[in-house]
Amino acid sequence: MGNLITTPKLAGGDDVYEQLVRMHEGLSEQESLKVWAKLCLTLANHIGDRQIVEQAIALVRRIQPD
Amino acid sequence: MANVPGIPVYKEIGATPAPVSASERARVVIVGAGPVGLAMALDLGRRGHEVIVLNRLDFVAHASKAICFSKRSLDILDRLGVCDPAIAKGVTWNVGKVFWGAGDEPVYQFDMLPVKEQKRPGFINIQQYYIEEYLLDGVQSFANIEVRWGHRVEDARPRGDHVELSVTADMGGPYTLTTEWLIACDGARSTVRERLGLDFEGRVFEDNFLIADIRMKHEMPSERWFWFDPPFNPGRSALMHKQPDDVWRLDFQLGWDVDRAAAILPENVEPFIKAMLGSDVEFEREWYSVYTFQCRRMARFVHGRVIFAGDSAHLVSPFGARGCNGGLADVDNLGWKLDLVLKGAAGPELIETYNTEAITTADENILNSTRSTDFLTPKSSASHYLRDAVLELARSHPFARPLVNSGRLSTAVSYPLSPLNTPDIDVWESGVPPGSPVLDAPHGDGWLLDAIGDEFVLIARGWTDPTPAGLRLVEVDGLAADRLGLSEGGAVLVRPDQYVAARWKAPHTEAVETALRRAREAHHG
Repeated sequence: MGNLITTPKLAGGDDVYEQLVRMHEGLSEQESLKVWAKLCLTLANHIGDRQIVEQAIALVRRIQPD
Repeated sequence: MANVPGIPVYKEIGATPAPVSASERARVVIVGAGPVGLAMALDLGRRGHEVIVLNRLDFVAHASKAICFSKRSLDILDRLGVCDPAIAKGVTWNVGKVFWGAGDEPVYQFDMLPVKEQKRPGFINIQQYYIEEYLLDGVQSFANIEVRWGHRVEDARPRGDHVELSVTADMGGPYTLTTEWLIACDGARSTVRERLGLDFEGRVFEDNFLIADIRMKHEMPSERWFWFDPPFNPGRSALMHKQPDDVWRLDFQLGWDVDRAAAILPENVEPFIKAMLGSDVEFEREWYSVYTFQCRRMARFVHGRVIFAGDSAHLVSPFGARGCNGGLADVDNLGWKLDLVLKGAAGPELIETYNTEAITTADENILNSTRSTDFLTPKSSASHYLRDAVLELARSHPFARPLVNSGRLSTAVSYPLSPLNTPDIDVWESGVPPGSPVLDAPHGDGWLLDAIGDEFVLIARGWTDPTPAGLRLVEVDGLAADRLGLSEGGAVLVRPDQYVAARWKAPHTEAVETALRRAREAHHG
């Protein structure tokens, strides 16, 4: 079983962030919801490890706004 | 004339007179002569037991109920000796296709018989009343099985080691029947469950589906075709499936806020049919109905001497054909266990393993059926867009296709944690592990499942010791041995329901006998 990496690992983080913002350009909120879903599904398949996905879901659900 | 009005009749039987004595004793009483009750009666009757079946109706209903019978159900019907007419009459199919929108190419397709060279196909479609008729034919060849038509259970009173039933017969009035075991196969609105005041927990889904069974001449492969958001039912789903006698099952998702009584009027149904098949389509109505569904089950299926099987114990949505097939799995699991208990060869702890294993099956069926329903009827806008994301990706990207869920069709459920299993001591790279059904294969001039039948057997590849007591030896080689992962000297212990109980690469008699005791008596070690 893999463990979710939670330390910084992604080079060019600002570039990726910008690309995630741009992914939604010109989309309605509904369409945005759908591209988020497509992105998640595509990345989850690439990761190919159910446990990593489960850990990531658990992690994001734990984080509450102040 | 049928004793209950408003239910279409497939076959008139007529009321069975009440017994001469107003208080009778029995060993086994089954309530309900649907496919589950009749299969249960046949399984026990074939094993030599006296069985009484009580059925509220005095006829076989011509209603649109189960139509899809899985490979495992066909194997069970085979074991009960009634599968051949079902295969001859039914529409055999293995492939399901899922379409999205107006597209002609499926976004996903599946094969329900990925391992070929087995006696029975992945599925057949056949109307439930035919299956009931074949089971009745089987039942009638056993003098020790008595089906009482037009006999209604009014009350059931558990009394320690027996159950008292109050029964009303249409012909002859009320009587009391005292039975050692009561098997409630009396459906979703089980009278027995209700009289015992037992729970039935789960989810109700807010959606309506229209079934239109129609007769028409139509050419289409024998496949299950399913649509998401087709032009003829925008934003919703539809299903098309072939049955015998040129009958087609059409199924349209309607949504929640509909007038159900109006929805089945021909003037409201027929526009759906014409939109799907063309305005010039010629057809006759067989049966229109609207259904909603629930996924729920009892907390326990065994309550002392009262045992629940089929819809009385668990309900699922129809996507996945897990209702009737799940009920037949119950019969398969319970038959040999109750047989041993009735013969005094095992105690009630073996019946308790029916509770464990049948709940494992029910939970897997409910899980799959709930997931399919959530895909078909997303409950939130996030899940709606997630579903659409899957469908859009599936068009051009293979990785998303297995996520398309139009129903995960019924396959045999495994019991990897069953107390009847002897865990593997060897390391296996292939084969069938304890708690899973034997995989069929060609065997001699016939088939492996026919050869193992319905008793404890030892399947071996080159057994040289004396056969352990209480077992019949079935020697295998070739494909049958390969599918079990057996190399020379290996053996598999199989239960009477054709599930593997234990396996060894180099067994010795004592290990086999210990595993057999564990599987027969639910005793550890």
